[in-house]
Formats: sequence, structure tokens, C-alpha cells
Amino acid sequence: MKSNTIYAMYILWLRQVKRYFRSKSRMIGSLGQPVVFLVALGFGFGPVFAKAGGGNYIQFLSPGIIAMSIMFTAVFSGIELIWDKQFGFLKETLVAPVSRIWIMLGRTLGGATTAFLQGVIVFVITVAIGFRPDIAYVLPALLFMFGIALVFTAFGTAIASTMEDMQGFGLIVNLVNMPLFFLSGALFPLTSAPVWIQWIAFVNPLSYGVDGLRGALALVAQYSLWTDFIVLYGVAVLFVALGGWLFERIKV
Amino acid sequence: MPAADHSIIVKDLVKEYEAVKAVQGVSFSVPAGSMFAFLGPNGAGKTTTIKMLTTLVRPTAGSITVNGYDPVKNPEEVRHSFGIVFQDPSLDDELTAYENLFFHAGLYGVPRAETPGRVKDMMDFVELWDRKDHLVKTFSGGMKRRLEIARGLLHTPAVLFLDEPTTGLDPQTRNHIWEYIKKLNDERGLTVFFTTHYMEEAERVAKHVSIIDHGKIVADGTAQSIIQSAGTASLEDAFIKLTGRTIREEEGSGMDQMRNMRRMWRGGKR
Ligand SMILES: Nc1ncnc2c1ncn2[C@@H]1O[C@H](COP(=O)(O)OP(=O)(O)OP(=O)(O)O)[C@@H](O)[C@H]1O
Ligand SMILES: [Mg+2]
Repeated sequence: MKSNTIYAMYILWLRQVKRYFRSKSRMIGSLGQPVVFLVALGFGFGPVFAKAGGGNYIQFLSPGIIAMSIMFTAVFSGIELIWDKQFGFLKETLVAPVSRIWIMLGRTLGGATTAFLQGVIVFVITVAIGFRPDIAYVLPALLFMFGIALVFTAFGTAIASTMEDMQGFGLIVNLVNMPLFFLSGALFPLTSAPVWIQWIAFVNPLSYGVDGLRGALALVAQYSLWTDFIVLYGVAVLFVALGGWLFERIKV
Repeated sequence: MPAADHSIIVKDLVKEYEAVKAVQGVSFSVPAGSMFAFLGPNGAGKTTTIKMLTTLVRPTAGSITVNGYDPVKNPEEVRHSFGIVFQDPSLDDELTAYENLFFHAGLYGVPRAETPGRVKDMMDFVELWDRKDHLVKTFSGGMKRRLEIARGLLHTPAVLFLDEPTTGLDPQTRNHIWEYIKKLNDERGLTVFFTTHYMEEAERVAKHVSIIDHGKIVADGTAQSIIQSAGTASLEDAFIKLTGRTIREEEGSGMDQMRNMRRMWRGGKR
């Protein structure tokens, strides 16, 4: 790896982050969904949850909503790749004297950073709404947040590499996102769900992100933090490799 | 290692897409420090050839040397050695002019200490320095083109590829652009490989001209020699005589079609 490679990756990362801060409307717009979920479910469904013996629902829900907002932002950052294909900027990066794998990695880290920042904003909102996280584990929590961002940015990039238009991308993403979200334990515990649902949750990488985040912030978890961490980052490596492989094969 | 007196050497180059034979056995060489016009009707195979020369598309057959390197075997060396202005716009609209150039310098390994100075020089050169902090989406077509040329030159390449650099621009801007290019060619010995549909431009600035049609070279030489052997008054007449009068039913690749749709969808703006 040449010394310039890292700087080139930094440049691609910087571009993504700059664009994120510049599009305030997108930043604020994508906060709508998590806030609605938090308020509607947190206050609407909370009392039922408490009556059923689940405890304080905001405590349970908040890590799930943080994970959700990161995942959605991350997957949709794949859209940026399709935009770059359509507006031609991708070609400019593909003729740069840097291997495609590093180009892909720089982009993915940039997208993951913006998704992570989005998660931090939602985190602050959950606290404003009444979430009381355990401060001692904020650092591991941030690691889990970044892990979720990385897994799903790489996933979005992988899908976007094979697509030429937004419609197709939107279709696939919605098809995958929703089930992964609902069957991750983000909204309700899945421990008493039917076995086949538990199986889906078991192979769903978001489950481990949600579980780790909840373990760190609300001190309730199904697996140990280490298990969550290793699975999440293992999947991240896998998806980055897959994304890189598909990115290498992009035709312009 | 090829002779150093040629920047580009192409032999029997072929590119077949599933249904189309875009390039069918093309050979030419571009002397170092020359201006080389690659002409042809729509769909003739110009852009496909440029994509193969610039490592974006793998040839089906044939050999290429760009600045002594093979784009298939040594893509990174080749990429260091050329600059390119694509047929379609390729700037990041959401960034400023300065940022577009600054990021390009970073991607191409321009020494960091030299970057600000070089960016300023190139933006001065294309007379855009006073607009450096404006978002590119606020630029006119001509300004974007000039900025792309500045960007392509930022890493001091030995060869500059220009795929229809003047299409859609007014005569003033077109003249300006050729002035910039000729100046670099004169002063720095930059090799320029360009395509255009304006025959008078090729006649005026190019030392060497190749005409391609249906993926094959149909004429090669100086503008004068092509005009003479065709027995016509101008390069435009020679071009029409050589390539026929029928309009090409150009199909355009999936990506181009999509980009056009998108362009329409955004109200016809580029
Ligand atoms: N990705 C692709 N897949 C399939 N066919 C393609 C692809 N790219 C180009 N072609 C076809 O190859 C042929 C040559 O196209 P090319 O873009 O090289 O033409 P051109 O000479 O640059 O034309 P123009 O002057 O209109 O830009 C055309 O028939 C085109 O439809
Ligand atoms: Mg073309």
C-alpha cells in the first residue's frame, strides 16, 4: 500500500462527510422517522409494555431506535454511489491511480461516518425524551454504533455496485431493511417469539448491533458484549470484502 | 518498452459488447507532444476507444501502450500519466470548484505542499479563480468544462484526453478552450488526444487526424492529406464523403440512456 493510498481514502471520506454537513435538509429529514417511532411507540406502547412486566419501555426502545436510524442512513448511503454513477463523478474516481478496493473502502468509511453521526444525533434526542443510558459504557456503545454503520454501509455499497438506477435500489433495500429491522429485537424482545423468527434474528447482523448497544447503554442483553462485538465486526469485514469485490466489477 | 517518441500506440484494438462490435481492429499511434484528432460519427467507437486507453474498459483484443505502459497490465502507472475530460460531465456538483480540484489533487498524489499553489495556477489558467468558492451546480456548461480541463491538468499529466470538450458550448468559449489547450501543447509539449464533431476545430488545431466509422479507421493522416485524397474542399466535406450521409441510429449504453432520462427529469439541466 502506497502512502498516497491512505490520503486518497481520507479525501474520499472527507468528501462524503462534507456533503453530509452541507445537506442539512437531508440530515434533518432523516431524523423524522426515528423521532416518530420514539414518541409514538415510547409513549403509546410504553404503558402496555410496562404492564406486561417488560419494565421501562423507553429504556428498552431507545437503543433499538438509535440502531435503526444508523442502519437506514447507512444502507441508503449506497444511493450516493448510484448518484455518482449517474452524474459521472464515479468515473473520475475510477481513473485515479488508486486501486478500486481502497476507493471503495474510503467511500464506505465516509458513508459509515455519516450514519454514525446520524446515530449520535438520535442518541441525544432519546436522552431528551427520557432515555437514561449508563454513562460507564458510552465508549463501547459508540463502537457498536460504528459497527452497525460499517456493516450496513458496506451492504448498501455492495447492492448499489450492482444497480444502475434508484428505483431498483430502493425496491431491494426496502425489501431487506424492514424485515431486518423488525426481526432484530429493536422494538420488542424476540425471546418468546416462534422459533423460526428467532432463527431469522439469529442470522440478522442487526440483532447483534442492537443487543450490544442495549447491553452497553441499558445493561440488558441476550448475548455477552464480546459476542455481539465479534459477530458485528466479523460481518462488517465480510460485507466490506463483498462490497469491494462487487465494486471492482462496476462497469462504466 | 516502446519508442519514447510516441505517447500512444494502439494495435488491432477490438472491443465487443454483447450485441455490438464497438471497435473492430483499430490501429494508430500518437506522436509525443502532438495534437491528435479522433473523429467519427455518433456511435463510431470514439468513446469506447478512449475508455480502453484510460483503463476504464478492458479490450476484447489488441494491444495498447500509453506513455510506455499497458493499461491492462499497469493501470496505475497509466492513470498517473494522463488527464481526462470525459464526454459526460463528471464533477461533483455539491462541492465548490476549489474542492473539486483539491480532492482531485489528493486522489492523484499531488504533493500536499504544492496542492494549493497548483490549484490556484490551474484555476487562474482557465479564468475561474474568482469563482473558486461557488458550488459547481451554479456553474454554466462552459464553466464546468473549463473546470474539468483544469482538473485534468492538475497532476501534470503527459497526455490529455478530451472527449468532445467543446460540444454544446458557444463559439467564444470554444475558442477559449482551444487557446488553453494549444498553449499547453506549445509550452509544455503536452500530448492531446481529442474527439470533436466540429470539423473546423480539428482542421485548425490538430496535427494528426484519424477518422473512425463503425469501429474501423477509414482515414488517417494530416487534415490536408485527408482533404486531398478525398478530393474535397474542407475536412467536413471529406468527413461526409468518407462516412456517408445517413444518420446514425445511436443506441447509447444503458448508463447513457439513464443519464439522459435523469437529465430530462431534472428539467433539462446538466
Ligand atoms: N457499455 C456498453 N454496452 C453496450 N454497447 C455499448 C456500450 N458502450 C458503447 N456501446 C456501443 O458501442 C458503439 C460505440 O459507442 P461509442 O460511445 O464509443 O461511440 P462514440 O464514437 O463515442 O459516439 P458519440 O460521438 O455519439 O459519442 C455504439 O454502438 C454504442 O451503442
Ligand atoms: Mg462518445
